[in-house]
Amino acid sequence: MRRASWQEYQKDIASDKYYYARSCIRQNFFPGSERAFLDILHNDLGIDVFDDPLHTSCTGIGYHSDVVPLETIMTVVARQFALMAEAGYENFISSCITSFGIYNEILATWEEFPETEERTRRYLREATGRELVKPRSIAHTSDIIFHHREAIARRAKRRLVNVHTGEPLRVVEHIGCHYAKIFPKSGIGGSEFPYVLAGMIESWGGEVVDYPERRHCCGFGFRNYLVQANRGSSIANSHKKLESMAPYKPDFIVANCPGCTMFLDKWQYAIAEMEGTTYGADGRGIPVLTYEEMAGLVLGYDPWELGMQMHQVDVEPLLDKLGVEYDREAKYLGAGGKYIGKPADVAVNCESERRIYEIKR
Amino acid sequence: MRNLNFGYGISSPRAINLDNNDLRKSNDIIREMPELQACIGCGSCTASCTAGNITSFNFRKLHTSVRRGEYQGAYEELSKCMLCGKCRLVCPRGINTRGLVMLIKRKLGDF
Repeated sequence: MRRASWQEYQKDIASDKYYYARSCIRQNFFPGSERAFLDILHNDLGIDVFDDPLHTSCTGIGYHSDVVPLETIMTVVARQFALMAEAGYENFISSCITSFGIYNEILATWEEFPETEERTRRYLREATGRELVKPRSIAHTSDIIFHHREAIARRAKRRLVNVHTGEPLRVVEHIGCHYAKIFPKSGIGGSEFPYVLAGMIESWGGEVVDYPERRHCCGFGFRNYLVQANRGSSIANSHKKLESMAPYKPDFIVANCPGCTMFLDKWQYAIAEMEGTTYGADGRGIPVLTYEEMAGLVLGYDPWELGMQMHQVDVEPLLDKLGVEYDREAKYLGAGGKYIGKPADVAVNCESERRIYEIKR
Repeated sequence: MRNLNFGYGISSPRAINLDNNDLRKSNDIIREMPELQACIGCGSCTASCTAGNITSFNFRKLHTSVRRGEYQGAYEELSKCMLCGKCRLVCPRGINTRGLVMLIKRKLGDF
């Protein structure tokens, strides 16, 4: 396998003036990550990103599960593009991999079947009075972080290195299927050699783990998960990946898709409950991060500000390896020091020691 | 581990490993009935099957599995066939499907 194969798939990524489309599920799964993305671009890099309160969900999950018709999703997407043009932007960036796939799919459909574009323009005009203006460029937010990875590396407060041993951290990168498996040309490195996360890891001092099931789906899918009877298939995919990566002893997993980050994290808990298997060091789980959290840690953000307490698998062992100073007691304190509740202790967490301590006390 | 009931388990893989399967009988069947390779898997045989309408018998699935060296239970399953021959009438590739039922049973025996 040639080392530089990813370079055959490149795409133009704008450097400034982005219109930001949020993700409906990420705001629930990892509410801190989208905030961190905006903070990194605004405060650290001084880039213009417009976070529009008017835009809606892309309805992609409804579309993929057959409850939203094609005409409807096309009109919703056309409205997002119209809002972007009204706000004076032309570079559309999406926080969600599903949405990113949807935007690319719909633009390609309009290209191949111009009558669908005309119909959508008519629907949009009739429903909202807005005019569709197509974006000049479309990128996923991981593309944007990838694009600015060297600038982030120059401002880095710490690198992805184990402070105790001086060795680079071993990182498993996982790319969402809809990032490049639908349209390989729309992702950096295509579908076979996606480099978007690997590039970040290498720039920030980590080591990318290459393991047999690296390109396998995490199992999220939509039909795989939405119907309870199919969830055995969903978890089987994550199980296969975790079994395959565990011998390489990764320090953490990073993913660019909301579903992958969620499921590689939460299924570790379910597998531990079902089979008693845990995959990380010391019988704990492997922490799963979003790329914004990884960038935030590199830039010296507070882990609890990044929302890392929302993960199923505790991130404290990773923070210790990175040499991050954090307040252990502030983990479950939200805005204004308000206690946000604490999940029960489970096998994949590192809370068991504290639990023993509490019992003794 | 608390043995929680999630309502589902971890599905076991259904991958067929052609390197591990013994394909000798399958190759024998194809040698005797080479037109079987022309099958496009349209499923007309299963759709028109009398036995398939009243039982879980699925001829397309069965002969596809046999060609891949998955013989387990095939003989027993084929006993549901009533040899009416409707599948042969509808096959768009002209495969002698009724003959194939007898051929698979003869080659495999009670596997």
